[in-house]
Amino acid sequence: MKAARTIIETIDLTKIYGMDGISVAALDGVSIHIEAGEFVAIMGPSGSGKSTLLNILGCLSRPTSGKYILDGEDVSDLDKVQLAAIRNLKLGYIFQSYNLLPRTTALRNVMLPLLYDRTRKTPPEKREELAKGMLDAVGLGDRMQHQPQELSGGQQARVAIARALVNNPVLLIADEPTGNLDSRSGEEIMSLLDTLHKRNVTIVIVTHDPIVAAHTKRTIHLKDGHIDTIVHNGKTSHQATKEEANYAAS
Amino acid sequence: MQPVEVLRIAWEAIGKNKVRSLLTMLGIIIGVAAVIIMIAISAGTEATISDQITSLGSNLVYVSSSFSRSGPMMMMVGNSGGLVYDDATAIADQISGVKGVVVEQDATETVKAGDISLDSIAITGTTPDFISVRDMTVLDGRYFTADEIERKTKVAVLGYDLAQELFGDADPIGQSILVSSSVRMTVIGVMAEKGTVGEIDYDARLYTPISVVLQKFTRTPFGRITGDQIRMIFVQIDDSANMDNVILQIEILLAKRHDVALDALDFTVTTQQDIIQTQESTTAAFRSLLAWVAGVSLIVGGIGIMNIMLVSVTERTREIGVRQSVGATPTDIRWQFLTEALLMSIVGGVIGMAVGIGGAWIFGTVSGMRTVIVPSSILLAFGSAAVVGAFFGFYPANQAAKLDPIDALRHE
Repeated sequence: MKAARTIIETIDLTKIYGMDGISVAALDGVSIHIEAGEFVAIMGPSGSGKSTLLNILGCLSRPTSGKYILDGEDVSDLDKVQLAAIRNLKLGYIFQSYNLLPRTTALRNVMLPLLYDRTRKTPPEKREELAKGMLDAVGLGDRMQHQPQELSGGQQARVAIARALVNNPVLLIADEPTGNLDSRSGEEIMSLLDTLHKRNVTIVIVTHDPIVAAHTKRTIHLKDGHIDTIVHNGKTSHQATKEEANYAAS
Repeated sequence: MQPVEVLRIAWEAIGKNKVRSLLTMLGIIIGVAAVIIMIAISAGTEATISDQITSLGSNLVYVSSSFSRSGPMMMMVGNSGGLVYDDATAIADQISGVKGVVVEQDATETVKAGDISLDSIAITGTTPDFISVRDMTVLDGRYFTADEIERKTKVAVLGYDLAQELFGDADPIGQSILVSSSVRMTVIGVMAEKGTVGEIDYDARLYTPISVVLQKFTRTPFGRITGDQIRMIFVQIDDSANMDNVILQIEILLAKRHDVALDALDFTVTTQQDIIQTQESTTAAFRSLLAWVAGVSLIVGGIGIMNIMLVSVTERTREIGVRQSVGATPTDIRWQFLTEALLMSIVGGVIGMAVGIGGAWIFGTVSGMRTVIVPSSILLAFGSAAVVGAFFGFYPANQAAKLDPIDALRHE
């Protein structure tokens, strides 16, 4: 068994929003450590900074201070173009409302990240092949030519997952993925995420729902911009998390 | 992103809002079509005018009185009475290299033959060279001679249509007609059809010796003293290489006859080339005015594109956010919207080209005005459409590119 690779390493992340001369710290010294194959939930009341943290972890915004090392690369000070490339190559998102492009087929939606890939330069026929494979994997092989409005909420979530995974990212970020679903579809999506976790995909999920959080191996509770508690199987220990990750990876 | 994909996305975006895109393109379509049609009309007018001028005959020089020196005051004072009929004879007799000299004096009179009476018939008093200079042919009978001018013989040559109206199928030659209810003339010939050139219907006229017109129809009180005044003398030159030399000779001769200095002539000599050039510069000004007017409609079309692109950027803010979240750079986003604007104006430009070419043709057919499609105008219109698209697409595209991914994703 090889040692787990560190995917997320943040050191004293802060994010300060200035409004009318008053500055508000949305994040105040957050240090977290997530290794490859971990399935981690971030919870907290609104205003706790979990969205801000997620945006930084997702390279959609930059911290005011502190360091964010993603997959061994310091991304804290990258510019817009470099961040776009990181999002394209290393990250996959599942948004709360899935954010599929309207009036665009499931297949074209899933192909989207491949179109913006400047590094790997996937040839067009390969792009389609990859996207089709991904839709097959999430159980939508027969819905590829359907547009989002023709799909159910659960199916849309699956398209979103396929799109998030098509570029083979090192980290999957999900923001309330079951928030808009009925409990049965929600369970389906969670079990899909469980399957991905078993295949060693690193997942960070933001949720309000303790049942969703229960699927994860570790839950980070945020409060007022800093880490309140880290719960792992009822215990609060970083060490246990690592062991568990190693166990899961084996 | 590959250009092909950018194009495809832009094309799909246009296709998703077909009606809106078409309405947006309408501005460009109208603009491009207007440029092409306007230029086609002015080029047609230009071609018609230059055809008319050349159809008057080739290697022509026009000698005309300068109004500033031939007004009533000058006539009273004196030595110069402007151009007179004898000037024409002098040019024909004394200057070498002259192929023909034509003088025209027009009048409008009633013409009667038997029971048929026609009002307001144009009478052209002229000289024998008229038919060669104007490139006309006699169909039947003969044209009058210099001798008949000299003797003021009352003979008439009828235009083709006039002969038909007066005599129908009967042979007009040798028949007698009554002009202006008192002047009896003998018909000696009928001209072949020539048609209307430069608003003059050559087939509806009556041609007669100029001396007859001057004596009977357009007499002036001073005619006896100063000689019969004429407006213009047409001189045909045998060789265009001789043109400048002949013009100089005419100027010297007439200056001497009119007793004026060479630098203060009371007449002007113009060549056909001068007239064509003057006409061209007028129509060129007219053409560029039309092009500008049409250009303004193109700009208005461009503003339409900008407007709709701004709406589109706002509407699709979330889409922009999604694209950014999966790795689109600001440049990708800028190109996407710029391509969309460009594509709309180019498609509008192509449709406008078709509408313009078709419209110019239809306009020409319906109005009877000549229209000439100028290839460069198509390029100009199309090029302007593309430039307009790029120019007015740039601002909305830039707005889209500047969006922050988080704000864009949150946009409702």
